[in-house]
Amino acid sequence: MDTTTIANPIRTSLGRNAAEGSVIVNIGPSHPATHGTVQIVAELDGEKVLRTDVHCGYLHRGFEKECEDHTWHNLIPYVDRLNYVSPLINDFVYCDAVEQLMGIEITPRCRYLRTLLSEYSRVVDHLTCVAAALMEMGAMTAFLYLVMVRDYMYEHIAALTGARVTHSYGRIGGLARDLPEGWLVRLEEILVQYEEFVGRVHALVDRNRIFIDRLRGVGTITTAEALSLGCTGPLLRSTGVPIDLRKDTPYLAYAELDFDVPVGIQGDNYDRYYIRMREMDESVYMMRQLAQMLPEGPINVDDRRCTFPEKTLVYSQIESLINHFKLVMEGPVVPRGEVYCAHEAPNGELGFYLVSTGGGTPHKVHVRSPSFVHMGAASRMLDGGQLADIVPTFGSINMIGGECDR
Amino acid sequence: MASDDLGTLQRELVPAAGPATVSHGTIVLVLAAAELVTTARRLRDEFGFDLLLDVTAVDWPADELRFEVVHHLYSTRHRVRVRLKTRVGAGNPVVDSLCALYGSAAYMERECHDMYGIVFRGNRDLRPILLYEGFEGHPLRKDYPKLREQPLVAYREG
Repeated sequence: MDTTTIANPIRTSLGRNAAEGSVIVNIGPSHPATHGTVQIVAELDGEKVLRTDVHCGYLHRGFEKECEDHTWHNLIPYVDRLNYVSPLINDFVYCDAVEQLMGIEITPRCRYLRTLLSEYSRVVDHLTCVAAALMEMGAMTAFLYLVMVRDYMYEHIAALTGARVTHSYGRIGGLARDLPEGWLVRLEEILVQYEEFVGRVHALVDRNRIFIDRLRGVGTITTAEALSLGCTGPLLRSTGVPIDLRKDTPYLAYAELDFDVPVGIQGDNYDRYYIRMREMDESVYMMRQLAQMLPEGPINVDDRRCTFPEKTLVYSQIESLINHFKLVMEGPVVPRGEVYCAHEAPNGELGFYLVSTGGGTPHKVHVRSPSFVHMGAASRMLDGGQLADIVPTFGSINMIGGECDR
Repeated sequence: MASDDLGTLQRELVPAAGPATVSHGTIVLVLAAAELVTTARRLRDEFGFDLLLDVTAVDWPADELRFEVVHHLYSTRHRVRVRLKTRVGAGNPVVDSLCALYGSAAYMERECHDMYGIVFRGNRDLRPILLYEGFEGHPLRKDYPKLREQPLVAYREG
């Protein structure tokens, strides 16, 4: 047997200056109650958490390095795998960033469809987050209700994109394909189901003594702290400020939609649960508006720099064949420049910082992932709490490993 | 941001390299390394840039000052972003940390230190965050080969 000790991948900041009688425990990176590979080293006094040291990186796979070696088109399946709970939003932010660099304006139908699918993804993401967080506190029924609705949505999105989870559906200058026959009819059926089951979860959880005791006043953060720590999304809005990129710097079709930005009262876990529930309702309201507004027309721009020619033309015309070949082999030519483009993802501001030197592959791709920034803020919310509250608080941050660690 | 706000920024906040420009809706300021903290402090206190969104770097291996350290800030009041760009060389890749101004800087600077080896003076915790203890080199530098492997546990023979 090999007895060489394996080096510890982390060096914790705790251990030195530990308080008298305190114990240092290691939670994760593979822990059944943290749905994400994160490691929390906690200094405990009994059940009380004195200090924590949060480590991520166990899912680091060199995403940004890999991006520098592929064409702009080839990155679309990669960005899907950042936040794999709402991959469509990743696609659309990335495509929007590249389109800004290329000076492309997408077609109206594409703009509305991307908005609709962004909101659909937000609902899926929030359903997952709320379901997992409730299950970790023992609410198996609520979990099954929410995940059942989520599965209808996964199947429905699969009917459009061809895949349940990693869709690769965005395209630079458009989308992979248009809606199949009857897709919007089925959407409305699912939204009705959603309302019924989310109503049941509201009835089970909202005024339930156990959940209120577990969630109210736990994992509290103030607006000033949240801003200083770079928090965005539901985490920031739970502190009572309506900061939402969809309202503040409208992109896609958000300026034309009627919706509210729900905010919390005191920035605790209960507020974050409730904000997500309310945001899903707003998203459903927006999706119904968008289904009515959806214009006819093409979904891809007619721009030979990025849009692939019709397959029949590739087989029959030399110009289209060359066009197709160059788009595949060399990639779309993106003019020299840099851009930072951000959308309101379910967990906060998801930004892409792209640098192009004028070729078919990026010089740099950087993702401003909300999960990573929020992991930097997690200690503030965990310190001083109870050991048992680490799991619900961590669940309410909704860290997604693929996006956090890249 | 209204254009008069940009005008105020350009009038009052002129770094050594010249006034602010606008690129794809983001205000861009090119700074000398020594100006970074003072500029960020003025942006936060006078112009309402309350969110430090992102810290990263871009490697330009052909340039003498090859690393461009890039900060993105956002003002929730003006709803506008600003990008700060600072050049440092490979021999002494040191910039001042923004930890004293923004809590979010601590974690993001750790990542940038991991990936590019930029040293943030004043950030006392630059332990690896996405990489692991003992990892050699800085993978996002252009001279780091993509296929290089550094397994923590050696591969078994046979």
